Amino acid sequence: MAVNYREVKESIVSHTVSDNSRAARKMSYISKRAQSIPPSGIRKFFDLLLTMSDVISLGVGEPDFNTPWNVSVAGITSIEKGATSYTSNKGLEELRNLISSDLLSRYRLQYDPNDEIIVTGGVSEALDLAVRAVVDPGDEVLVADPCYVSYSPCVILAGGVPITLPCPEENEFRVTPEILMDKVTKNTKLLMFNFPNNPTGGVMDRDDLKAISDIIIDHDILLLSDEIYSELTYESRHVAPASLDPLWERTITLNGFSKAYSMTGWRVGYLCAPPEITAAALKIHQYVMLCAPTMSQYAAIEALQKAEEAKDRMVADFKMRRNLFVAGLNRIGLSCHLPKGAFYAFPSIESTGLSDEEFAERLLIEQQVAVAPGSAFGPSGVGHVRCAYAASREDLDEAVKRIGTFLESL
Amino acid sequence: MTMDMKDREILQVLESDSRIGDEDLGTMLNLSPAEVRSRINALEKAGILRKYTAVIDWKKAGEDSVTAVVEVKVSPESEFGYDRIALRVARFPEVHSLRLVTGSYDLQLIVVGKTMQEVSEFVSGQIASLENIRETVTHIVMKTYKEHGCELQRSEGIDRLPYSF
Repeated sequence: MAVNYREVKESIVSHTVSDNSRAARKMSYISKRAQSIPPSGIRKFFDLLLTMSDVISLGVGEPDFNTPWNVSVAGITSIEKGATSYTSNKGLEELRNLISSDLLSRYRLQYDPNDEIIVTGGVSEALDLAVRAVVDPGDEVLVADPCYVSYSPCVILAGGVPITLPCPEENEFRVTPEILMDKVTKNTKLLMFNFPNNPTGGVMDRDDLKAISDIIIDHDILLLSDEIYSELTYESRHVAPASLDPLWERTITLNGFSKAYSMTGWRVGYLCAPPEITAAALKIHQYVMLCAPTMSQYAAIEALQKAEEAKDRMVADFKMRRNLFVAGLNRIGLSCHLPKGAFYAFPSIESTGLSDEEFAERLLIEQQVAVAPGSAFGPSGVGHVRCAYAASREDLDEAVKRIGTFLESL
Repeated sequence: MTMDMKDREILQVLESDSRIGDEDLGTMLNLSPAEVRSRINALEKAGILRKYTAVIDWKKAGEDSVTAVVEVKVSPESEFGYDRIALRVARFPEVHSLRLVTGSYDLQLIVVGKTMQEVSEFVSGQIASLENIRETVTHIVMKTYKEHGCELQRSEGIDRLPYSF
């Protein structure tokens, strides 16, 4: 598989800090807050990849489909028509209206397009806005773990204190009332989670959400629910926490177009919340982002109107690949639960006696298969690796073979 | 034959990859390999699954051939309509596909030959001379952009980053 690593190399070079004194002196210019957030945990894997060829990458957090062509054309057409100026801070009215009716019909979520929805530069921005809108310095934020790598850094940048909320495999990677009770204190302001989950593929169903809703209400906690994988479920439909009445008024719902419509590079997502929170997030958004990319907003309109079939085909395909890949992992002796959502398998590699970092590094060097070490996603990810099965069937088959060979060599 | 959801899924997978094995297909669709095989046999027997084939870029393979789109106007026969004449045309191996269409002509043929001369001799000698054929118009294909859902001229896409969260 031919991979052009030039961009990768540039990203490494620009991040590498040499140990000469000049660089050290320059470090003193960097704010303590910026210094306090950890760098991405996989830089050394990027480094290694540069030296290799014929790598099968299961390391990516995005679909391997192109954006549906009619959606891309809508973006191109908007540029041709000259729609290249700002939109309102909140985003195009037509898009907000469509998001509102889409959320209602899909998840029975009710958000007013006028003052309860902001179109953002992807969920990444929405996450930052949400955290900064509600977290004060010293507030404790419960971060369901393992999770997407930006959660804790966003909390730290807002001055909050991230508290790990373990969601281990024995709990099917869900947030349980017992563990929530164990971690809640009088300083807890916010609970952040992402279901269907990156990196585990775990989901929370209606009963799971009901089981924790009383705790959330009794302790007057807010909930930040990142639902970017909501359309990628394979066993049952996604249940949005804010569709449970008592949770609506204290939930910030984040979603977007990246995964469902294979639009990661377009950078378009949205934040939905009660009007007071939305207004606060909008203030931050207008100062730091102004508006989501205009052409991407037009593409998103097309996605909501005319990409249902393409999306359904993609989801059906992911489900088949999941079945194939997970069966393959279990066959070669790598214990893996069946992920119910997203496009990640998160097998335990503890039986190998290697740490997840060693496993990922040696697998890459010895068999040229790239997976992400689970510890990069938080303490509960230790002993696992994340394999994105958003790869071709041929690559998945070959990857299983190579992982099998690797296991036998240990 | 009445098809269910699983049959439909089998057909969809095979349409994009006819080489997939029964075992993989079964794992993907939660069926045993034996059940996959019996379903495929039934689909073949019912004439739903017609042929397993490959899409080939012959030009790239260095094989010179000439493809033509041929429009044919036909006088339909009172008893058979277009069917008898169409079935007769379809028997020629030079005719790769044949459709009855609406619009200003009746039959649309894709004809393939080694040279332009071969194609034109075939059309004038074998097709135009048939009874009830009123007129033919031959369009020589200059470049094929897409065949059987395969974009032949598209360059390789841009690679994704090998790692992202």
